[in-house]
Amino acid sequence: MSTLEVKGLSTHFFTRAGVVKAVEDVSFSVGRGKVMGLVGESGSGKTVTGFSIIGLVDAPGRIVSGEILFKGRNLVGMGEAALRELRGNRIAMIFQDPMMTLNPVLRVDTQMIETVQAHQKVDRETARQRARDALGMVGIPSPDERLKSYPHQFSGGMRQRVAIAIALLHQPDLIIADEPTTALDVTIQGQILAEVQKLAANTGTSLIWITHDLSVVAGLADDIAVMYAGRIVEQGSVDQVLDVPFHPYTHGLIGSVPSRNKRGVPLRQIPGTTPSLMSLPPGCAFKTRCERADAACETMPGLAEIAPGRFARCVHPHIEILPA
Amino acid sequence: MALYLLRRLMQSGFVLVAMSLLVFLGVYAVGDPIEILISPDADQIEKERAIRALGLDLPLWQQYLVFVGKALQGDLGRSFVFNEPAIQLILQRMPATLELAFGSMFLSILIGLPLGLYAGLRPNRALSKGIMAGSILGFSLPTFWVGLMLIMVFAVQLGWLPSTGRGDTALLFGIPWSFLTLDGLSHILLPAINLSLFKISLVIRLTRAGVRETMLMDYVKFARAKGLSPFRVTFVHVFKNIMIPVVTVVGLELGGTIAFSVVTESVFAWPGMGKLIIDSINVLDRPVIVAYLMMIVLMFIIINLAVDILYTVLDPRVRLEAKA
Amino acid sequence: MSATAAVPQVETPFRRFVSEFCASPLAVGGLVVFAIIALVAILAPWIAPQDPYDLAVLDIMDGRLEPGSVGGSGITHWLGTDDQGRDMLSGIMYGLRISLLVGVGSALIACLVGASLGLLAAYAGGRTDTMIMRLVDLQLSFPTILAALMILAFLGKGIFNVVIALVIVEWAYYARTVRGSALVERRREYIEAAMCLALPTRRILFNHLLPNCLPPLIVVGTMQIARAIALEATLSFLGLGVPITEPSLGLLIANGYEYMLSGKYWISFYPGIALLITIVAINLMGDQMRDVLNPRLKK
Repeated sequence: MSTLEVKGLSTHFFTRAGVVKAVEDVSFSVGRGKVMGLVGESGSGKTVTGFSIIGLVDAPGRIVSGEILFKGRNLVGMGEAALRELRGNRIAMIFQDPMMTLNPVLRVDTQMIETVQAHQKVDRETARQRARDALGMVGIPSPDERLKSYPHQFSGGMRQRVAIAIALLHQPDLIIADEPTTALDVTIQGQILAEVQKLAANTGTSLIWITHDLSVVAGLADDIAVMYAGRIVEQGSVDQVLDVPFHPYTHGLIGSVPSRNKRGVPLRQIPGTTPSLMSLPPGCAFKTRCERADAACETMPGLAEIAPGRFARCVHPHIEILPA
Repeated sequence: MALYLLRRLMQSGFVLVAMSLLVFLGVYAVGDPIEILISPDADQIEKERAIRALGLDLPLWQQYLVFVGKALQGDLGRSFVFNEPAIQLILQRMPATLELAFGSMFLSILIGLPLGLYAGLRPNRALSKGIMAGSILGFSLPTFWVGLMLIMVFAVQLGWLPSTGRGDTALLFGIPWSFLTLDGLSHILLPAINLSLFKISLVIRLTRAGVRETMLMDYVKFARAKGLSPFRVTFVHVFKNIMIPVVTVVGLELGGTIAFSVVTESVFAWPGMGKLIIDSINVLDRPVIVAYLMMIVLMFIIINLAVDILYTVLDPRVRLEAKA
Repeated sequence: MSATAAVPQVETPFRRFVSEFCASPLAVGGLVVFAIIALVAILAPWIAPQDPYDLAVLDIMDGRLEPGSVGGSGITHWLGTDDQGRDMLSGIMYGLRISLLVGVGSALIACLVGASLGLLAAYAGGRTDTMIMRLVDLQLSFPTILAALMILAFLGKGIFNVVIALVIVEWAYYARTVRGSALVERRREYIEAAMCLALPTRRILFNHLLPNCLPPLIVVGTMQIARAIALEATLSFLGLGVPITEPSLGLLIANGYEYMLSGKYWISFYPGIALLITIVAINLMGDQMRDVLNPRLKK
């Protein structure tokens, strides 16, 4: 059984100006110990997908349909108390900006101990011990001393390690990491990626890694789902998708990443900007920026299995590059 | 911390000197010093003797030094009306004003904080909108008129509470206080409510704005993602952050409250400094005006210093800057 | 720049402002009420039942009549009379004139003074900026009521002196507001472009910088009018404001103070209601304007 199975998830925001369909008909599954890369530009719905899973979509947004099966239990419609039991315990989340995730006026030990005590009846000393161990595990030197510090006394990379340590406190089954390395320097980014990968492999924790950076998921994820305008447009194992992208959008994304062996070749770019989720045109959301678009794109294509284990939502996928 | 305090004290001393110069210029240079400092009934010979005695024939800068020298010894002149040292008059009336000011601060926190918290956490409820509309009213109502209406309703029509004076007092540290006796409490209630009305609105608005802003912060969402109870999220993570602006503003308002008690004391015939200053202005008892001004400035400096210290206790980030 | 070409650029934000302002029924209500009050104040000499300043028409025998009673001169006193037999309704209408005149007048002068100094501080920077802002800090750290009391204690009573006192205690709010937004605007590219074009300083200040500082200035100005009216009423109530011969609302309320303890509430009550409605109306407008004009609240 997969750790997580998302089926037909739709999350909409009911604003005064209209309904924003942030996530529409999203399905994927993450196996035990596997890493799922959720890729897309800002506003593509990947973060809202993460919040939907952990049950933290705030008004005016709500999950309008779909199922989120976590170890077989449906999280959609589950009571707040039961969800709270899972949050931080079985499902943890790491946020994008480490400067903002820790409460500036509470000491690190307070913020870690409360997490331990929220889910387990242990005394403060035991909880502190656990917090210290977790800090040591993510590579923070002299954790005893650091526990007594305030967040502003840490660097950005260290803060993100603290956040990761908090996520690891209860050895969760699933960690949702929302662009956790975007705000960090490249070297720190590499260290954290390596550590997370190691931890996931050692503990059997599944990971959903949300990012807009294809190069990050390339070395980390097992599977990948590319989102555009609230929907998954392409899905499959990471090697296959990155090597032979079907969807013109994925194609464009990969083409716009600079790399050494493409030197001298002009970078391709995707023309135009992401459409407003409030006024999506009928049919394929990407058609306004797609060179292959024609009349057939006026109806929304389904997510079709184009090759074994390879899904794409496109009328004109790049199948010509498929090896015959 | 010690260095920081020392620097703050030096700044405060600077402000005190600047204000004494302003007051000195206001009294000695703008007004006619003879009219101000010598009883209008004095004849010509008496006047000339007084001018020499007061050193009014000296150049202005020497006069200022004399003024400062006397002020440092606690001599700010004698009241024409009471024929007592002005400073002594002020000090006698100060406890009444202080207990009124602190009473109204207490009420404003007691009433404003819970209402603001509710309005911030449940912004769309009808009650929250009512609270906010009420706070506009609280800002708009002229204090003196509300005082009159309170007297009309509770003292004249209903006859529940007395409308003038301090009532019975009890001694504490050799100073008479109204809040220590039941009769005194019944006397202080109406004026304290009157004086607190504006600040209740202020606390409501500050708290609500703080809650609304803090609730959107990543660290609150992260706290929720850790599986903490809503109670702990609200009262530890949110509350501690909004206490910073609330304490700062309310603390700084103490000075304004003491100043504004001028109005309330006049309405309720509360025998404090404010009533004294209005009476003194009306009969041009200028030494008392000068003494009052200097006392208020001194109080402001002390209050600002106290708020700053409190602020560093509440916000760990400030503490670090102070050390650095 | 021709006037016709500028119209669409000027019109669009203004129209949007109007439509967003009208989105709040409370604010529109405030505007309507304030317009009525202003009209009543302006037209007072023509619509008031009595000239409250003309001692010849006052009859001491009509003193302290209850609301609705008919006085000796045949006038029905809908809101009663004060101790001198003055018709309260007329007194309030004339009082509104003074209150509004003092409130709006002082706010406008303070705005002129404060905005100029704020703009100067932001544009000149350096020592000028430091000096002006120190003055602002000093002014703002001192409670307005106290500063106004002290100024009036030295200057003496009178409408003109009240206006001076109000201007002195209020200019700093405008200065701080204008300086704040001017500093932000100054760093924008369009100002740099204007400076590169070597446009005269005066033109950059008034044609480019000032219009962009207007939104917060309008908000502060609206709120300050309400504050000025309340402060004037308070000062007059304390006996330090306008002279007894030209009673503003605050003075009317003060006159009724001693009679209230004997149950003759109307002398203080009705002028207070008029004062309250005026201030609430202005604050409601200001509140909505702040929300509409504040870019931080826009999503």
